[in-house]
Amino acid sequence: MKKVLKYVILDIVQNKTVLIYTLLLAIISFSVFSLESNSSKGLLSLLNIILIIVPLICIVFSTIYIYNSAEFIELLLSQPLKRKAIWLSIFGGLAVSLALAFLIGVGIPILIYQPNGTGFMMIAAGLFLTVVFVSIALLSASFTRDKAKGIGLSVFIWLYSSLIFDAVVLFLLFQFQDYPLERVMVILSFLNPIDLSRIQMLLQIDISALMGYTGAIFREFFGNNTGIAMSFLGLTGWIAIPLFISLRKFEKKDL
Amino acid sequence: MIEAKNITKTFGKLKALDNISLSFDKGQCIALLGPNGCGKTTLIKTILGMVVPNSGEILFDGKPIAKEWLYRNQIGYMPQIGRYPENMTIANIFDMMKDIRKESAKQLDEDLIESFNLNSMMNKKMHTLSGGTRQKVSAALAFLFNPDVLILDEPTAGLDPLSSEKLKEKIIIEKEKGKLVLITSHVLSELDELITQVFYMQDGKILFYKNLSELKNETGEEKLTKAISKIMMAY
Repeated sequence: MKKVLKYVILDIVQNKTVLIYTLLLAIISFSVFSLESNSSKGLLSLLNIILIIVPLICIVFSTIYIYNSAEFIELLLSQPLKRKAIWLSIFGGLAVSLALAFLIGVGIPILIYQPNGTGFMMIAAGLFLTVVFVSIALLSASFTRDKAKGIGLSVFIWLYSSLIFDAVVLFLLFQFQDYPLERVMVILSFLNPIDLSRIQMLLQIDISALMGYTGAIFREFFGNNTGIAMSFLGLTGWIAIPLFISLRKFEKKDL
Repeated sequence: MIEAKNITKTFGKLKALDNISLSFDKGQCIALLGPNGCGKTTLIKTILGMVVPNSGEILFDGKPIAKEWLYRNQIGYMPQIGRYPENMTIANIFDMMKDIRKESAKQLDEDLIESFNLNSMMNKKMHTLSGGTRQKVSAALAFLFNPDVLILDEPTAGLDPLSSEKLKEKIIIEKEKGKLVLITSHVLSELDELITQVFYMQDGKILFYKNLSELKNETGEEKLTKAISKIMMAY
């Protein structure tokens, strides 16, 4: 597996989109920190931007990369390699290169302006989010052979986790406001990786006013530290489960 | 060497391979022929394990290939369309393949790299290359590890006449070393001097599988092109 992984990483880090993505993240991070007088406020603004941009770029780029590598995957399949090794190499290559882009673009500015626990937590959350959306991209690419459908599915998943999910939660809250929904809300928040990262960060920063409904319940339910641990666990699930399903699909797929 | 028993593969309603049984041996050079969409590429892909048949099994050297991968050490495959990650250089591709097949490659066969003069452009990135040059890379890769079986899917498509002549010479040399060569091509005229057997498919079925000499005798034609068209008229 290492043999292929090395060359996939080498290919992706030279990709222009990834270079532009890194640069974009760096520009956003530095400008947010220099605009806000208080750098922990800057961190919060940065959080909101990251929660939108990182998932979008990661999922769309990864999906397109997988479809463009169709012939290359075929060539690898004609070599003495296990299918599992090929798929995991591609996952690893995408995850490592995009995580590297995030570390350079966001990690370095945070380490300069906010080298504390909150800053590290933010880097960790961003890295998790990167890998989660690479994993989801692999899943949506393994569902259909049609590139347009695959990319459409990916964009929809992104739309779901950044917009639709919140709308649905709000709708449920209003519809069932007479009932105690706390437990349901906690479970619901595990259904959205972006929500999980947001809660995680806000628990760390400890600003209840900005936490939103799910966040407040989350803290009430788990307390700060357990809450953070639980959300990391949830994110790990969001990496492992899509990756596992896509791997199973790829092992049976006709190419 | 390669044996298939009652292979059937369907894609939705389409029967790409319909109960195909065959056996290919060392020293043969087989032309896989047939109209577009008759199942040639699907057959090649089932042999390589890229497509999993619905029923039937394929044996390589007497062992079933299902869920196996090491047998591919003995196969060199040249795909119809060679597309590679765009930011890799030719040298990267060759290094990667050498990494993958380190154990099986006792001696590398770099004849084609030299005769196609690929050494002079080793540092070019794949996306800057023309279709023909990528085809040359694919061909050189297929022959690089001295495999016992060569599977070439439309090998000369996109190659200039000089290079395709070089490739044909190389195929003849390897055939004479006792290797099994499978070729699909639509350019029948260039197959005459290469092949020993003709394997003709239509709608996922084998129409005939004959020695070239036998085929020529039966039809009374000297050229493969004419022999095939005569048979096609008869059907």
